[in-house]
Amino acid sequence: MDRRKFLKSTVTGLGTMAMLPACAYDPAPFRFFTQKEAECVIALTDQIIPADESGPGAVYANVVNYIDQQLVRVFRNEQSVYKKGITALQNSCKKIYGQLFHELEFDTQTDFLIKVESNNVPKEFWDGIDPAQFFSMVIRHTMQGFYGSPVHGGNKNYISYRLMKLEYPQVVGQNRYRRNHGE
Amino acid sequence: MANKHVNAIVVGAGAGGGVVAKELAANGISVILFERGGWPVYDECINDELRNQRTFVLGSAFGPDWDRHPRVLLGKDGTKRIVVANGWDYSHIAACVGSGTVSYGAMAWRYMPEDFKMKTTYGSVAGSTLEDWPICYDELESCYEKAEWEIGVSGDDRNNPFAAPRQKPYPMPPFENTKEGTLLSAAARRLGLHPFPIPMLRNSVPYDGRPGCIRNRTCIGFQCPVDAKNGTHNTVIPAAMATGHCTVKTHCQVAEVTTGTKGRATGVRYFDNKDREQYQTADIVIIAASAIETARLLLNSRSKLFPNGISNESGWVGRNLQGHAYTGADGLFDHDVRDRIGPGATFGLCDFNHHNKGIIGGGLLCNEFHDLPYGFSQFRPPGAARWGKAHKEFQVKMYRRISAIRGPIQEMPNFEARITVDETVKDHWGIPVAALSGERHVLDHEHCKFLSARAEEIIREAGAYQTWKTIGGKGLSGSQHQCGTARMGNDPKTSVVNKYGQSHQVDNLFVADASLFVTGGGFNPVLTIMALGYHVGNYIVKNWNGSKFK
Repeated sequence: MDRRKFLKSTVTGLGTMAMLPACAYDPAPFRFFTQKEAECVIALTDQIIPADESGPGAVYANVVNYIDQQLVRVFRNEQSVYKKGITALQNSCKKIYGQLFHELEFDTQTDFLIKVESNNVPKEFWDGIDPAQFFSMVIRHTMQGFYGSPVHGGNKNYISYRLMKLEYPQVVGQNRYRRNHGE
Repeated sequence: MANKHVNAIVVGAGAGGGVVAKELAANGISVILFERGGWPVYDECINDELRNQRTFVLGSAFGPDWDRHPRVLLGKDGTKRIVVANGWDYSHIAACVGSGTVSYGAMAWRYMPEDFKMKTTYGSVAGSTLEDWPICYDELESCYEKAEWEIGVSGDDRNNPFAAPRQKPYPMPPFENTKEGTLLSAAARRLGLHPFPIPMLRNSVPYDGRPGCIRNRTCIGFQCPVDAKNGTHNTVIPAAMATGHCTVKTHCQVAEVTTGTKGRATGVRYFDNKDREQYQTADIVIIAASAIETARLLLNSRSKLFPNGISNESGWVGRNLQGHAYTGADGLFDHDVRDRIGPGATFGLCDFNHHNKGIIGGGLLCNEFHDLPYGFSQFRPPGAARWGKAHKEFQVKMYRRISAIRGPIQEMPNFEARITVDETVKDHWGIPVAALSGERHVLDHEHCKFLSARAEEIIREAGAYQTWKTIGGKGLSGSQHQCGTARMGNDPKTSVVNKYGQSHQVDNLFVADASLFVTGGGFNPVLTIMALGYHVGNYIVKNWNGSKFK
């Protein structure tokens, strides 16, 4: 059984899915992010919507794919904010912890993001970009990728709808819609 | 080749324009109905939460497209910001045949008699151009009835002691309450209030050849998959076309109303679906492009005779931009209260629309339409986690245990809240765009506090363990319920058109949308826009002598 089929078959039960490791996302080729940037964004989305006893989180849902896809489509104006924000975030982490953001322990990442939220980070790395605003934008985009329609590249296997015990979206028109607005 | 002359041009195929076009066509008056968008296609939106009329983070499913229709926001401090239709401050209205009537929540309120007599009822208000309408409720009653029967409304207002008098009941029975609606309306009754089913432009039973509602959760913000939601796109506009006297021209952007040497309207200049500049001549021109676009079109129709825009001798075109500040309260329960059956809102109460001590006007209260998963993720009690495990837990645990009651406050018209045109910012076709400026009247926020407090009392009485108020009423008005920018009135010095929507200066130019509103009422406006469509249409038909406009 290949990996895709395996993932598909495990989707039938949330219990099984909750046991999937946090890194079980489909490694899609990124359109905008470099691999390094993507690792940082994946770690950010994992903090924003973590996997827990209720089920998988943003990493499983492939939220990074949603953000990456929109950055070359609808969010084109946010490209430089993402580039700058990720660099600033990494430089701040290196200075405080001597490690990159995605290399930190989960709880250390959390502590760091609480600092970011209150703009309590080394100012020299955040030229022309507001740390709290940048993080708020990533929160918003992560929520969209996790809770929005799967057609846009996130919410893999309708995972958020399953968590919230909502029946799948109706299939009427779905196929044609996918062709027009999805991949 | 020149376009063939027609009797009437209607600009805008929304709630008002669709009705006028049908009234004229049904009486043998040839009509061209211009719409800047296209026909709505269900497949273009289906149930995509990120791309619909409520959440447009990835685009406006029903238009307008972002690149070609910018607007300008003017700040108090002189700042100028160009915006596209991806946020609420754009004051976005669907740009398609049917407009907002395709994607709305479909509440079908008649305004109350007091809503047409605000100045008589409450007196003058400092800093506001509050005024009576030049027509009263009784003059519009038959038009409300026509809208309810021709377009289709489900409802029963016999348990509403504040209901405006009606000659005929609703054509369809009301919708039943949801679990949440039952709980909250019982609480409201215990507090001595008078809840009743919300009248809806939605079929509770099959009606007029279309099926009954299937309680779709993705209803408000979306087109109906089974066509059980009634808008002008699936009722009056097809009826107008069926007469053979109405042609709908989609993807046409009207640039200006053209005038002749005698100061009458001769037609419109527009850009067709291939961006070609065109002229269409007509005996009558009716503008129904929504409060912002109607004002923009009038202001952009400049000539020697009308240097400040057509029908703008008073300088009131674009003034008094109003909308509805939404306000209310929310509560958390320790058991499931929401069954998440669509579209959610089921009961309303009019106890706070009028005659509450110290309040000028007021507003309706209803249980809220369901929010979808992403929308819900952006909504939390004060102080709750915005991200992380706690945020996710709330999302999963509380989606069915949260309840909201909200309503639209009747806004006090503010002369300085206005639409102008920006000469330096042009749209795709080179037409100056609308600029929005000014703020709501200071009383609006005070009135919102009152209404939110009443909403919170009901939710608390229903057993919520935590409640909080969300209070609106500040900043720029407009948005979906935008109105007031081409006020109707008897005095040409303080209004734009007369009581029939006819321009004070150009007798073959009419307005037939919410721009006409003197005041916005404490209700969703769509049925009143439709009723005004019938009102204006009737007047034109009566004054049409068979070949020419009298």
